[in-house]
Amino acid sequence: MKPRHKRLAIIVGGLAAIGIAAALILNAFQSNLVFFFTPTQVASGEAPKGRPFRIGGLVKEGSLQRTDITARFVVTDTAKEIPVTYKGILPDLFSEGKGVVAQGELGQDGQFTASEVLAKHDENYMPPEAKAAVDQAHAASKTLKQ
Amino acid sequence: MNWGSTSEFFAMGGYGLYVWGSFGVTAAALLIETLLVRKRFSDTRRTLRRELAADRDSQDQS
Amino acid sequence: MSQRFVNWFKFASPASFYPLAGKAWPWFAALAAAFCAAGLWLSFFVAPTDFQQGEGYRIIFIHVPASWMSMFIYCVMAFWAAIGITFNTRLSGMMSSALAPTGALFAFISLWTGALWGKPMWGAWWVWDARLTSELILFFLYVGYIALTAAIDDPRRADKAGAIVALVGVVNVPIIYFSVKWWNTLHQGASVSLTKAPSMATTMLWGMLIMALAFWMYSIAVALYRVRAIILERERHTTWVAELPEMQQ
Repeated sequence: MKPRHKRLAIIVGGLAAIGIAAALILNAFQSNLVFFFTPTQVASGEAPKGRPFRIGGLVKEGSLQRTDITARFVVTDTAKEIPVTYKGILPDLFSEGKGVVAQGELGQDGQFTASEVLAKHDENYMPPEAKAAVDQAHAASKTLKQ
Repeated sequence: MNWGSTSEFFAMGGYGLYVWGSFGVTAAALLIETLLVRKRFSDTRRTLRRELAADRDSQDQS
Repeated sequence: MSQRFVNWFKFASPASFYPLAGKAWPWFAALAAAFCAAGLWLSFFVAPTDFQQGEGYRIIFIHVPASWMSMFIYCVMAFWAAIGITFNTRLSGMMSSALAPTGALFAFISLWTGALWGKPMWGAWWVWDARLTSELILFFLYVGYIALTAAIDDPRRADKAGAIVALVGVVNVPIIYFSVKWWNTLHQGASVSLTKAPSMATTMLWGMLIMALAFWMYSIAVALYRVRAIILERERHTTWVAELPEMQQ
């Protein structure tokens, strides 16, 4: 084996070792890297108890009520739901039917009191006219199915 | 064309601070990097020229 | 066969790469300027308003290309590091150190524009989700590489130490890329990927791709210019440097 090949072998071996180590570490830390829990995860008891955590999902259509600076809405992942109360300014992209991540504590009554509300938007970018066309197409395909 | 007037263009639909803050800092950063790289090169070249000239002088004297 | 091998190594020597880089960088600089002008025009005057984010989404035209560049430049650095360790060529270390500051700059731009985008849209300048955290780690890897190589006086040993950082750190790049798939993040998924059609209006997509090309050309031009300075610094005691036309007075 030439020294050059030997060095190459060492590099490849080293890289593989680092890669495997990183994969293992990341796997072990996976639970800590979770940014938010879905309502289903909360219902099955996966969320931490007794300390603040984040929930994420969609703002249920028709659930948003505002009184002064207090906002009440329901976060849903279409399977389970969590009612949320929040005092403060909501981000620009916050709206019904859109993604949301809220940090706060879950009370005994199942009510989630948020201290921070973040809007989670999707990866779609298009002009309003295109969006209207897409919505229309969806509506049309729905009526056709029925 | 998206803009009715110049002020509309600068307002960016209310996001002016964020949009121009992004584009402005990026432009400044790239410009500064370019200037620093040019300075590094010309400084090195100047020092080397001086060193080489000094070498030649000392060789001529001996 | 052996002929090609010799030629390849010819350009790997600093003495022949120095004039080549000197001839090449103005072309890349001109391309960068042209793509930048076209990209900005597309970004502001052709690409339409977004249905959700209004005009605020226009930050995407630098945020995404800068993030791509920050990851890509790190991969190129790791490639040169691997070449340097395997073949023990002098030029590869110089290429790595010429790329690092530009990569760090793009990582910074990615984080900066991301903060300015996150505040109005998400409601936060910064969150510790997997995407943002791994990009911050990338920035620290660049800074670590620059600091480490600057701290070691002997350039060859500095190259070796830097190469190890570059090779170990490259593991982070796929983590950044796939973070939005592997974990629950606040950051949305990729709009452009190789596996599915882009979820963007065509003119928006073009604006982003042309800006990415502009950043690409800029990076090549700046790295070539910087590598020339590095070559002069390191090879200053050689006869070929003394015989360069720009060294005669």
